[in-house]
Amino acid sequence: MRLLKTIPILAFLVFAYSGSVNAQCKAFAKKECLPELGAYTHDGNYHAAVLVEGEEAELYKTFYSDMEYRISIVGEDKLPSVEFKILDVNKNVLYSNKDKDYASTWDFRLESSQQLKIVVKVTSFNKPGDTPASGCVAIMFGFKLKK
Amino acid sequence: MNRKYGISSGILLVFILAISLFTGCKSGKKAPQEDEEINMPTDNTEILQDIKQAEKIFNALPSPLESAMLIKSAGAMFNENLLNPVSNVSTYVTNKSMALNLGIYTCDLSIASMYEQTQLLIDYMNAAKKMADGLGILKAIEQEDIDKLEENINNSEVIMDIVSQTFMNSNSYLEDNGQPATAAMVLVGGWIEGLYISTQLVDMKDFNGNKLVGRIIDQKLSIDILLDLLNSSKGNPAVEELIVQVTKLKAVFDKININTSPVRPEFDKNSNTTVLKSEVKTDMTPAVFTELSSTVTEIRNSFVK
Repeated sequence: MRLLKTIPILAFLVFAYSGSVNAQCKAFAKKECLPELGAYTHDGNYHAAVLVEGEEAELYKTFYSDMEYRISIVGEDKLPSVEFKILDVNKNVLYSNKDKDYASTWDFRLESSQQLKIVVKVTSFNKPGDTPASGCVAIMFGFKLKK
Repeated sequence: MNRKYGISSGILLVFILAISLFTGCKSGKKAPQEDEEINMPTDNTEILQDIKQAEKIFNALPSPLESAMLIKSAGAMFNENLLNPVSNVSTYVTNKSMALNLGIYTCDLSIASMYEQTQLLIDYMNAAKKMADGLGILKAIEQEDIDKLEENINNSEVIMDIVSQTFMNSNSYLEDNGQPATAAMVLVGGWIEGLYISTQLVDMKDFNGNKLVGRIIDQKLSIDILLDLLNSSKGNPAVEELIVQVTKLKAVFDKININTSPVRPEFDKNSNTTVLKSEVKTDMTPAVFTELSSTVTEIRNSFVK
């Protein structure tokens, strides 16, 4: 009986906690990731997640030949560098920000429309024994018509 | 006595768990005392391996704003009759119909903004607001957004920012509040509306070499993303119905071949941009287009009825 009363309260607290973390992540995305799009129009989609050191996320999206795009991928300061790679459908790496000192944005355009895969990885501080750092990573896309 | 003790111990348990949950949010910082008591592994390899399995996958459909931009850039003419009338708003009372039509109205308002249809833009923003309010999405579209829209009605940059922001607000609210199925339905509604309007705007007398036809063929690249997005909420009855409809649409898209040469990235110093070079060959016949158009119309009409 006690347990029956406790479970809904616990469920509420867990839900409220995750909601609070997600709200922080959204605020972070708006404050830190969105401005990186600069003169590009944000497409309105929102992709953000709390990731831990060493963890990866993948995103699949179609990009069109009429557009110029900017990808902005930003992690919270408490995280180590965030690496991202862009791959085509044949898994060929087209770009890696590791070669560009972990730049948070990449501008590109396409001669023909493509579905691309974006692999995002939080690198590691490599501090044995420490609890792995975790924090929000946001991914946003901006576009403008090709000149 | 027992009962009293039971409740207070329950509250105590909740309190302890709440404290541990909320203090746990300070990730990345040490808690020295706990470090001594808990036998932590000497390196993070095992932890990181476990974490790696919890990989996050995002499926990103073109947003309504992007779809509208693609239609406009293909040189298509504006046709108000193709939009879902705002007078239909009151007929949407279920979670599914409100979610789908939030996507549809957002696509319609994006198109109205691209074609500088100012009064329509405001009407459709109000319609989208009603859908968002009906879904309980707090602060997605506020009256001040509509007022700002009216004040900046001739400033396309501000308008696009407002449209993009309101879509992000709805989308993120649903994702963050444990409603990914509803979020997926909003995206599906917007994508289907963009595809429906595109197919209706194609002039069959000008089929070959029509830029808009090219944009429609490109949507084949997103159909698996759309199905993956829906499959991630499999088990939800409304989503199951959509999976059946989208699978039918995929069967038509499967009749179109898209052959792309290997992608060659080349950096363009002048624009400071990477160009992904490749050539593409496609083969959609007018018959397949007609089948695609009627399948999309059937799906879209089931959404707006």
